[in-house]
Formats: sequence, structure tokens, C-alpha cells
Amino acid sequence: MARRRRVRSEGNSLAMLYPRGFWKWASAPGVVWLIALFVVPFYVIVAMAGGTADPLTGLATPELNPAYWDRASFRYVIEQLWASDGVYHVVFLRTLRYVAFAVVLCVIIGYPVAYHASRLRGRRRSIILILLVLPFWISYLMRMLAWVGLLNDEGLVNRLLTGLGILENPYPWLEGKSVTVIFGLAYGYVPFFILPLYAALDRVRPSYLEAAWDLGASSFRTFVRITLPLSKQGVLAGVAIIMLPMFGDFYTAYLLSNGRPETAMIGNAVQSLLQETTFAYAQSRGAALVTALALLVSVLTLYYIVSTAKATREATRS
Amino acid sequence: MNVQELIANPWRKHRFLSLWTWVYLAWAIVPVVIAIGFSFNAGRSRSVWQGASLQWWIHDPDLSLLHNPVLGSAIRQSLVLGVATMAIATPIGVALALGLARWHGRGSGASNYLMLLPLVTPEIVLATGIFFTLTHLTKPFLEPGTIGQIVGHVTWSIPYVVVVLRGRIFGVGPELEEAAMDLGAPPLQALRRALLPILSPAIFAAFMIVFALSIDDFVTSQFLSTGSYTQTVPMLIYSSGRTAPNPALNATATVMLVISLGAIGLAGLGMKIVSRRRGMESETADVARFQL
Repeated sequence: MARRRRVRSEGNSLAMLYPRGFWKWASAPGVVWLIALFVVPFYVIVAMAGGTADPLTGLATPELNPAYWDRASFRYVIEQLWASDGVYHVVFLRTLRYVAFAVVLCVIIGYPVAYHASRLRGRRRSIILILLVLPFWISYLMRMLAWVGLLNDEGLVNRLLTGLGILENPYPWLEGKSVTVIFGLAYGYVPFFILPLYAALDRVRPSYLEAAWDLGASSFRTFVRITLPLSKQGVLAGVAIIMLPMFGDFYTAYLLSNGRPETAMIGNAVQSLLQETTFAYAQSRGAALVTALALLVSVLTLYYIVSTAKATREATRS
Repeated sequence: MNVQELIANPWRKHRFLSLWTWVYLAWAIVPVVIAIGFSFNAGRSRSVWQGASLQWWIHDPDLSLLHNPVLGSAIRQSLVLGVATMAIATPIGVALALGLARWHGRGSGASNYLMLLPLVTPEIVLATGIFFTLTHLTKPFLEPGTIGQIVGHVTWSIPYVVVVLRGRIFGVGPELEEAAMDLGAPPLQALRRALLPILSPAIFAAFMIVFALSIDDFVTSQFLSTGSYTQTVPMLIYSSGRTAPNPALNATATVMLVISLGAIGLAGLGMKIVSRRRGMESETADVARFQL
């Protein structure tokens, strides 16, 4: 009885071709790996944040039993995030600001590009697509390194601006300037925004546009009433997919401002806490800060997972 | 000219959009080309052109890519991580992709979500977690260092393999395997001789993609590094602010760029072969799938 129901629910003959449990066992190595090295590490972060100093080494160790968690590190991090003069308060607000500006830039720069690519056909489209995917596969650090060379005092950007008479003296772009870091973030992540948006725009059926056209809608109206609403999911997915890594980014700010504190983001704070070995609770505080970061982005994560799962279901149905 | 017209009409030539796109592409790609160019600079600067030379590639006896052991070691470490990661993550990921597509029992739904999660977790969180686990929990048995870096890379690579393969697997019906079994093949042989050959271009693409992602990775490598021996090329670039870099760094980055784009080119070729063979499937789907 139970067996028959199972077979019917699986709905295809593959279940009967292979021995029972065959596919479950095929999944097992991957699932076990992800539990051991993804789920467990999440718990270890929290355990570390609630950990106490080892009497021998003087360094913090994780406390695996929640009953014995020391809440001091959590409390410290929350206080410092919340209080207006807290150490992490400024850094946190700066991170929010940088991410917000960079995301807006990505949308402004990326939407027209994705829209244009989705309207092309044939050979031109293939060429544009390859070029759009290209930055994706160039190491992020290499792309930042390229800008370090361009933004130096004697770099191309400064020489161009002084040559044109816009600047009198070279501008110190790399000395802890917010504008540099924001543009760096936008530059780094915009390819990751364009591709999912392109995929969404490409799914907009030409027949819808034709219908709007035939019914007498102006081209602007067609765009606002048809294309824009249909690409909303793509924009949101793209925004989510770039915001997630941006919140944890520390290398963009570091490379584009010579590691100066004026432009440090949350990721830089985490990074320096984890490397600290002289102060016993540094790693615990780092862990608490990472936990706070993970909670912050979990909203985005959930949104993205749910919408992706929905898209996958629709794709497999058709 | 009407701005609204420029935005919308899907049939007319979009001069504005076309220009915008090409300016974007130039902005995205030209800086990297310039950085590659400076690896051939005759002077020490990475910003001012002083003539062409191969000094930073082969001629300088101490600082060139060919002679500076630090640069060579970073390239070697990046390649070691890339090869080991693709060798471990791809088989696990292929099995997981097949399993998740065809296993519908209890736990399969949760496993599907579990598989997606690493893709949407900021890498700093994942790397911190693995760093703590390896330093405090599994220490003598498994610890940071080359092995730790490989373990970290494999963890976030598995989902990419699944995503690359999933679409292909859904497209394959049971017919071929049924035929194989009707002809007397036991299940494992049907899998090996009927299913895997159809998937082989996608599997090959997954190998290449994981390799390219791994050699470009920075955060995981950095968090699980234990010193100069475990320094990769992206880590070298990161620390360049402190080490008065010269164009040999650009040369090193260029080598990695060529290797990584080469791997992706091969992956694209593999995907193209499979889509041509099946005569459907636009490149759109591939691009979208590469993304997630």
C-alpha cells in the first residue's frame, strides 16, 4: 500500500528502474558534506560567539552546549552596533549607505544594458552576451587591481582630469574616499546584476509587446505597463544576489583605500577581529558580528531562495 | 528626439541603448586590458607607460614572474586548489544533482533548500564558519592550510555543479535508461553507458566552471590560509597594498586570467555541443544557469 502510493507520487518509471533508495544514496555524499561543512560551521559560529576563554591558551573556544553560552560577546556587539557612539555603529551605517548607493548605481547602469541585450537577436546578441559574461570570469581582485593602477596619483584617471583642466592637482582617490569605494562596489558587482535581469527580460514574450503595440499603446507606455512589471522579479533577484556578497565585502574597501579605517565596512571589522590573537574575546566578538551579519542578510536570502525555487518549479513544469 | 521613444520601442534601432551598452562594456573590460598592458611596462610603474619590455615576465633576475619564487608559488597554490576542488566537488555534485532530481522521498525537499543555501550566503560567513570549525573542532584531523582551503572551496562549489547539471537532467527522459535495461543492462551499467554520456558535456562544463571559480576565489582561501605557502594569486593581489607592487604582479594576474577564461571557454564549448546535439535550448538558458 505504502509502496504503491510512493510509486504513484513519483510519477515516472525511473523509480522502478533503479533499486529502491538508489537516488537517495546518490545524494548522500553531497548532503552529508553540506551538513558537515555548511550547517555545522553555522552552529560553530554561534557557539564561538557564546564561547569562553580557554584557561591554557587564553584564547576563546567554542561552547557547544547552549546552556553554557556566555552572552557577553553578543551583548557587546549589539551595544556597539546600536549605541550612536558604538564602535560598529558607524561602520554599520556606512556599510548600509555604501551598499544602497552601489545597488542603485548597479540598477541604473545595468538595466538599460540588460534590456538592450534582451532585445537583440542572432549574432549581435551572442557577441554582447559573451562580453557581458566576460567580467564574471575575471578574478574580482584582478578587476580591483586594475582600478588601483588607474586611480593612482599618476594614474590615467588623474592625468585625464588634470589634462582636461577639470582638476588642478591629482585627486587622492585611493586615500579613503567613499566615492571610490562605492564606484568600486558598483563596478565589481554590476555583471552579477545584469545576468539574472537579462534572463528575466528575455522571458518577456514579444507577443505581449505586439499586443500592446496593436492596441495603440505608445512605446513608453508599453515599457512601463508590460516590460517593467514583468522584469520586476528579475530586478529584485539581481538586487538580492549582489547585496548578499556586498554586505560581507571587505576586499573592495581595503584595496581601493589602502586599508584605511575611514571607509571600513562590516566585513573589514569581522576580518580584523578574526585575525586578532592578543585579545582573548576578539574571535568571539568576530563570531557575534558575523552572526549579526548573517541575521541581517537572512531576509534577502529567504527572499531569493523562495523566488528561485518558484522559478525552478515553473521552469520544470513547462 | 523623444526620450520615451528611446526607451521603449522594441522594434526600432536603439542608438541610445546601444551606445549605453558599449560604453558599459568598455568601462567593464578596458581597465583590465590596461592592467594586462602594464605587465609589459619597461618601468616599475603600474600607472605610467615607460615603453614595452618583457622585463617583468622573464628578464628581471629577481622580480620577474619567471624568477620570483613568491609569484610562482602563488600560481602553483591557486592551480593546486583549482584542480583538487574540481576533482572532488564535481563527482559529489553530479551525484547530488542526479539524486535531487530523482529522489522524491522524505528529506529531498529539505536537501534541495540546503543545496541552494551556500549560493546565497555571503562568503565571509561561510569562510568564518569553516575557519572556526577547522581550528577548534577538527583540529589535528583537519585544519586550515592547503587541505582546509580545498575543503572550503569544495563546500561552496558543490551547489554550482548541481545548478549547472540540473537543467540538463530534467531534459533527459527515462527512455534511454529503459532501453538499456530492456537490453539487459543492470542499473549501474545503464547509468554509466546511457545517462552519463548524455550528460558528459554538462559534466565537463561543471569541471571547468568549478576550476575557474576556485582559482578566482579570495575569501575562503584567505581565511583558511596558514602562511606564505598557502598564498594564492588573489591573496597576493589583496596584500599588494603593503608590498610595493611592480608590474610582475600584473603579469601574474594575467596568467591566471588566461587560465580561467580558457577553462570557461572550454566549458562554453561543451555546453554548445550538447545544445546543438539536442537542437533546442537557447544560449539564454545557459547564461542564466551560469549565474545561478
